Amino acid sequence: MSYKVAKIGLVSSHPEVYDPCDDSFVLVDALLADRVNLAQHQPSICIEIGCGSGYVITSLALILGKEVPHPALYIATDINPYAVTVTRETLEAHGCFADVVNTDITNGFEKRLSKSVDVIVVNPPYVPTPEDEVGCKGITSAWAGGENGRTVIDRILPVAEELLSDKGWLYMVTLAANKPVDLCMEMKQKGFTSRIILQRSTDEESLQVIKFWRDLDTQLEANVGENTKLLQFNPFSFWKRGNQSAPTSCKEKFSLYD
Amino acid sequence: MRLITHNMLSSNIKGVTNGFPLRIEAEKVVEKEVDFNPDFLRNMFSKIEWKALTDASKALGYAELPEETEPSMLESELFLRKLHHALLELHLEEGALVCPETGRKFPVNKGIPNMLLHEDEV
Repeated sequence: MSYKVAKIGLVSSHPEVYDPCDDSFVLVDALLADRVNLAQHQPSICIEIGCGSGYVITSLALILGKEVPHPALYIATDINPYAVTVTRETLEAHGCFADVVNTDITNGFEKRLSKSVDVIVVNPPYVPTPEDEVGCKGITSAWAGGENGRTVIDRILPVAEELLSDKGWLYMVTLAANKPVDLCMEMKQKGFTSRIILQRSTDEESLQVIKFWRDLDTQLEANVGENTKLLQFNPFSFWKRGNQSAPTSCKEKFSLYD
Repeated sequence: MRLITHNMLSSNIKGVTNGFPLRIEAEKVVEKEVDFNPDFLRNMFSKIEWKALTDASKALGYAELPEETEPSMLESELFLRKLHHALLELHLEEGALVCPETGRKFPVNKGIPNMLLHEDEV
């Protein structure tokens, strides 16, 4: 049976592993909304940093598997030793495969995968917490983000800069408290353009999915279309329609939930 | 863990100058068939460190890869099938990856390597 995204009923779980929640869903919805661009992108190597339950990496493999004729190498990492096992179980339950590694961010891969990764997806621990909660290997690692929720994010960004290929894309979930405008400005210093591609507000959180790519990539500008080109440098150029996302391709109208 | 990923992993222990490749100690190896896709293999080929792959492949019990390669081999289905098998169908389920400089072992359980460093290794 082929699924559009990972099925909650098939996602494995463990008391020390973060179950899929609004932040997981917003990231997968953003990937789903961007599936046409992702298919055209033809990524060879995709990495999820912080795979947790495996919901996102499984969904990415399903989304790309449907759209792209040639397979990609999927790698999933997590600092939590329970999460890597759960992720493997979730992938198997969906007939998907990724190489799963228990490591801190992408420790061990940076040298060989430098400038080689075409897609990185990350739902980082973004919740503002005391610093001493950051870096524990249990379930706390799923959300503890230190001051402004930025401690782990600030470690991930230079890693993404190192690993992303020239055409590489980074999709990251953030909270308003993470100061996404500052984030985008910092990435601009590293030569990355960014755009918020999905925003969702729940009772508790205001979440954004930001997409980053290197400035030298002009193909995405073509995909975005003339009327949004001017808005590329304004990270708040997203459509406010409550829970709906902005279409990323002006050529196509589609429903997220078909 | 498959050899395509092993080929991308190094030891990152503090003070290690060249932690690649990690030597493999295999206790349990499983073979899982996966669809043959020559384009994917050709695409990945330029990233592969060949000697690391042949050594790793032998450690997992598969010694069919040629010791050296040349570009014309990418047109040979026989070669590509061997490459496919070694890169994508052999799984190290239980064993260890060993840092070539320090000898430190990173355990592999249920196909998942544990690359977490101890505090004094960071």
